[in-house]
Amino acid sequence: MRIHLPRTLDEALEIKATDPEAVPLAGGTDLMVLLNFDRLRPAAMLEVSRLPELRAWRWENGTFLLGAGVTYSRIVSSLTEFKPLVEASRTVGSPQIRNRATIGGNLGTASPAGDALPVLAAYDAEVVLIKAGGKTRTLPWHQFLVGPKRNALAPDELILGVRWTVTRGPGSFSKIGTRNAMVIAVAGLCLVMDEGQRQLRVALGSVGPTILRAPDAEAFASKALTGAGAWEDPRAALPPRVLEEFGERVAAAARPIDDVRGTAAYRRHACRVLGRRALAWALEDRKLRG
Amino acid sequence: MSTKVRERTKGGVGESLRRVDGAPKVKGQFLYGSDLWAEDMLWGFTVRSPHPHARIRAIDISQALTYPGVHAALVAADVPGKKTYGLEIVDQPVLAWERVRYQGEPVALVAAADLETAKRAAERIKVDYEVLPAVADMEQALRRGAPRVHDHGNVLKHIHIEHGNPDVRADLWVDGYYETGMQDQAILGPESGMAVPAEDGGVDLYVATQWLHVDQEQVAPCLDLPKEKVRLHLAGVGGAFGSREDVSMHIHACMLALRTGRSVKMVYSREESFFGHVHRHPARIWMRHGASRDGKLICVRVRMVIDGGAYASSSPAVITNASTFAAGPYEVPNVLIDGTAVFTNNPPCGAMRGFGAVQACFGYEAQMDKLAARVGIDPVELRLRNALSTGSVLPTGQVIRGSAPVREVIRRCAALPLPPQPVERDPITYPGGAGNVSRGERLRQGTGFAIGYKNIAYSAGFDDSAEARVKLFAGAGGPVAEVHSAAAEVGQGVHTVLVQIAREELGIDQVTLHPPDTMVGSAGSSSASRQTMMSGGAVQLACRAVRDQLFERVRQWARTRGLTLAGELRIMGADVVTDGRRLAPVVDFLEQPVVATRVYHHRKTTPMDERGQGDVHVTFAFAAQRAVVEVDEELGLVRVVQVACVQDVGHALNPQSVYGQIEGGTAQGLGLAVMEEIQIKDGRVLNPSFTDYLIPTILDMPPVVSELVEEPEPGVPFGAKGVGEPSTVVSTAAIAAALRAATGRELNRVPVRPDDLIGLEPPRKSSGPPPAVKGVA
Ligand SMILES: Cc1cc2nc3c(=O)[nH]c(=O)nc-3n(C[C@H](O)[C@H](O)[C@H](O)COP(=O)(O)OP(=O)(O)OC[C@H]3O[C@@H](n4cnc5c(N)ncnc54)[C@H](O)[C@@H]3O)c2cc1C
Repeated sequence: MRIHLPRTLDEALEIKATDPEAVPLAGGTDLMVLLNFDRLRPAAMLEVSRLPELRAWRWENGTFLLGAGVTYSRIVSSLTEFKPLVEASRTVGSPQIRNRATIGGNLGTASPAGDALPVLAAYDAEVVLIKAGGKTRTLPWHQFLVGPKRNALAPDELILGVRWTVTRGPGSFSKIGTRNAMVIAVAGLCLVMDEGQRQLRVALGSVGPTILRAPDAEAFASKALTGAGAWEDPRAALPPRVLEEFGERVAAAARPIDDVRGTAAYRRHACRVLGRRALAWALEDRKLRG
Repeated sequence: MSTKVRERTKGGVGESLRRVDGAPKVKGQFLYGSDLWAEDMLWGFTVRSPHPHARIRAIDISQALTYPGVHAALVAADVPGKKTYGLEIVDQPVLAWERVRYQGEPVALVAAADLETAKRAAERIKVDYEVLPAVADMEQALRRGAPRVHDHGNVLKHIHIEHGNPDVRADLWVDGYYETGMQDQAILGPESGMAVPAEDGGVDLYVATQWLHVDQEQVAPCLDLPKEKVRLHLAGVGGAFGSREDVSMHIHACMLALRTGRSVKMVYSREESFFGHVHRHPARIWMRHGASRDGKLICVRVRMVIDGGAYASSSPAVITNASTFAAGPYEVPNVLIDGTAVFTNNPPCGAMRGFGAVQACFGYEAQMDKLAARVGIDPVELRLRNALSTGSVLPTGQVIRGSAPVREVIRRCAALPLPPQPVERDPITYPGGAGNVSRGERLRQGTGFAIGYKNIAYSAGFDDSAEARVKLFAGAGGPVAEVHSAAAEVGQGVHTVLVQIAREELGIDQVTLHPPDTMVGSAGSSSASRQTMMSGGAVQLACRAVRDQLFERVRQWARTRGLTLAGELRIMGADVVTDGRRLAPVVDFLEQPVVATRVYHHRKTTPMDERGQGDVHVTFAFAAQRAVVEVDEELGLVRVVQVACVQDVGHALNPQSVYGQIEGGTAQGLGLAVMEEIQIKDGRVLNPSFTDYLIPTILDMPPVVSELVEEPEPGVPFGAKGVGEPSTVVSTAAIAAALRAATGRELNRVPVRPDDLIGLEPPRKSSGPPPAVKGVA
């Protein structure tokens, strides 16, 4: 097996151009499991966890670019302004896993159970890919995550990071598992209330072949908020049954299956409850903020 | 006569002595079986059947043999001696021939220079299977015309217990149907060991096990070697809980070592471990309880079927246990119990902590709660009214002669303080709180109570005696007592307690342990909560014999000097004393070491007769638990808030160890109550990994508040009962009861799933009337 240990992103991209078989290795928390279980025997590996360019983040006029190599531990300790992302990061594995595992790896694996992914979807994030010569390509999250464990990364590219427009407004991430730590989500939900665009967005994990948004529920809630004048006035009351109806529509967006972790019926039900709760919490948090 | 109160021996019995293996384990210095290493050793690997049931048409190992780095590839024909082994029935093939009967059954072996090479060579072994229909359901297995797992049929063992008049009338009846899932022991250290070929043509096997001698008895005939040439040594054991009672890699590693003339190490991966040991039997239980209007039990009728899987393992003993305990720790004058263990093409099931008593307790305690509701009295009160006590007669006709402080256990448990209601809550303490799913919506609390009991040591006429050898010699720093026992330290603390007993008996400070091996007689298994009583008893006897021999030397010495020794002789630290006077240093009498070997036997029991009557069990330990749970009634997520436990222990020889056993046992019971299950479909395991077989984390475990009832058991060493299992027996039932109280739902199956708690899944229905007993034979 060929092991590449580049020191800079440029070096890494050169290697990727000449040896496109080389599988990028970041935290290794997905990849090493595959290797240990003999599900993958790569001819070459490219270590990217130490590349400074990937471990960085920056704000650039209203958007935020999160480097692919940033770990969940660093998100939890340093990026507290992105509450749903912090909440999602905190639920990943254990402290040891969070110290190694990266956002780029979550995107690379593209599992429907990747906990950071519903957050990125609710942020309407785009994935920034890069190849030799510094050429970048940007894909909206849904064009990058194309199926269960499948993404649109080209063989000569690396994930540079993920970018989203910084929004104002409350939001949350919730994850259901049948125990309290170290658990793969049975269902996950991220809700973001974008007060700037007067848009409510909700994304679901582990209840479909890939991350799903619930456009019908989003439109319904956004409209209900507009109708009640709630975008202007956080204290404005929503008509009764909006929360219920929102929950129903979120559940309708799920495309769950039965598996060892849970039943399709439970997953759909969980989306209903989590959707309803998340919207209620967002409204509550706005009131508290005044 | 001196009236002086006997001062306590430091580090003796009754003290929470620090574990002798504690520091190295905490520091990561303890050597487990998987750490074994020899210069030049080879790695063994097992080829396993992917099918639950198939005919083996042919096995071609040629491609593996020519693979570079491979030293041997073996199949059933290469087994030197007996082709099968087994704990109670010798039915399990060392390597399958003609037929495989469960997914994961060993078919061939490879030894290679390293594990990776061995695995790749194993892939080159071509097994030609003709897949056969699998018997995947335990009730199906009992139907007429079901395919046969073995030629002798699918009934593995049937137990019939009949007492009094089971057709008696009663004022009220409650009925119930219950199911338990297949639980895994989830040992942290998977199966591991190393076989070292010896110059005498024999083999030394270093292995993580629960019972060296029963392994030796099974391994030697398969290798066609006399027992003396198969020497077993205990390797560091990373937990057992029953999973190491059966042979796993033992014979395989020895075969490869004898074939290659090299040391061969085998270590299972986590996934392989799920296929490499037996599990807790899934059970289906039909119960009917009849009582008087004031809640006195009149009659209990039970039909129980447990899935033994493809081979016998310890299923006969498990169904015996499950059946004898099926009426619970209650006085019931009229009883009818039919228990059947069946063969299926599911993974073999066998010993696991609680050994049949867990499944029974889940059923009978649910029945007692139903009955309490019917009678209209408090569930605790109902249990008090019916509790066993010394002198009570059990369904087997056995009279309890030992201590049975059941009422005290119940009363004290019910009186333990309830958890405080916090004023402000960390959101992580909500059910599922770590996933941020709740701000406290729709929470329901519930409290459940359960009691249960378990036999200590082996039953039904089996003499599972224990031997120990104690040697007292002059060490550099004074007298040293060395204890040689084959008792397996599996994490439960037996080595510490043996040291405490030796100190207590001899009064010697320095006590060391000889590594456990088969050079001393059998200690019996580290199971059935028996080692403190059995090996503890053996060490006590051996120490007393050593002391007698030593004092004989002292008396002789005194005689030669014309001294008269009127008072009692004693050892205190490094000296022999009499009447509070120092006579001489102990080492003065140890020019030759003093050695004694003794065997401890528990009281004799008898097998059951055809009506299930007999003096079956040696003695019993009782426990009560009260669980407080909180359920998110919309999401069906659970938090166990507190478990309170009172256990009858006879005498706590190391209280901290006892509390540790209670807490660990509770964690395992909690696991079965709310998450742990090996899921099987058509004979195939769906979740053989810790990704999908979930065991409780520290965030799932509540505080356990426990107290001990110490009423010494007559006739056993120090009056100590075993303590390893009772908490596991009751905690699943207590937590299930609390969940019922919180949700008002029937919840007749464990593990309870979120779907059950919110009513997405109805209570399990029996697939029909309980399988007929007549059809059984
Ligand atoms: C015990 C355990 C618990 C876990 N718990 C959770 C959990 O609760 N929630 C969850 O979402 N996940 C969990 N995971 C999975 C895993 O930790 C996450 O998916 C994590 O985000 C992967 O990141 P990594 O850096 O370790 O990725 P790696 O394993 O290094 O890589 C994963 C994939 O991404 C590719 N990749 C990585 N970086 C790049 C890059 N810059 N450019 C292109 N491709 C790249 C790799 O080639 C590979 O295909 C768990 C894993 C373990 C072992």
